[in-house]
Amino acid sequence: MNKGKSMKINLNNKEVSMAGESFSVRELLNLMHFTFPMIVVKINGRLVKKEDYERVFIGDGDNVEAIHLISGG
Amino acid sequence: MKSKLEKLKGTCIGIAGCGGLGSNCAMALARAGVGTLVIADFDTVTLENLNRQYYFLDQVGQKKVAALQENIRKVNPAIDVQIHDVRLGPDEVVNIFKNCRLIIEAFDRADMKLMIIETITERFPDKFIIAGSGLAGYGENNALRTRRLGNLFICGDETSEVSETLPPLAPRVGVVAALQANQALEIIMDDLEPSVGDDVWDE
Repeated sequence: MNKGKSMKINLNNKEVSMAGESFSVRELLNLMHFTFPMIVVKINGRLVKKEDYERVFIGDGDNVEAIHLISGG
Repeated sequence: MKSKLEKLKGTCIGIAGCGGLGSNCAMALARAGVGTLVIADFDTVTLENLNRQYYFLDQVGQKKVAALQENIRKVNPAIDVQIHDVRLGPDEVVNIFKNCRLIIEAFDRADMKLMIIETITERFPDKFIIAGSGLAGYGENNALRTRRLGNLFICGDETSEVSETLPPLAPRVGVVAALQANQALEIIMDDLEPSVGDDVWDE
């Protein structure tokens, strides 16, 4: 990520400003303190599979939905 | 209302897992009048299950799918209950639920929840999936809710994980199972349209 650049994303219906130009899904989840191991992540409505968290990137204006999947049923 | 009930009768719903969520959700859907239920689980009823799952003492030791089929038939023998005594992986999910309009995710383990969400979204982007997430313990009524992400609905509080100190108990498990069943009824009776382009990221 470049210093001085910033981006805004919509994360779970809230606008979030971040320093940087793009983040991988994995980086974003770490930054946003998603702590449980299983998470559903959708970017602009499309599901990102867990195996793709390192190679899919989030940029300015993206709509991100991330919800924990918690054991128990 | 009659035509809406007719819609239920003509609908096939898949239920992945027949534990606390699956058994209670299946019974709610059966009583509401869903015509076909496809239920899958590999497990056997144990004494410990009876604090929350829709089984009875004399069913301990039976396969869950067989016991649940029996219980549904006691309420309404006209419902077509198709049982699959199997451990579900991606291939089984595709084969078993391919004719269902929507699927109830009712697994225990979080990695299995993600597996079925990924599989259904990738292989059947037009099908709805209704998952449960966060239901352990007691109290906190108003933390239990439903969120929609395209064709995926997630019911629960999204935080309370089952553990030694926070067991799953009948009321909260039952509420989440009922939220899932209630969401299914809304999808069917109100003909909710699947989101377009709601598939898996593939660069």
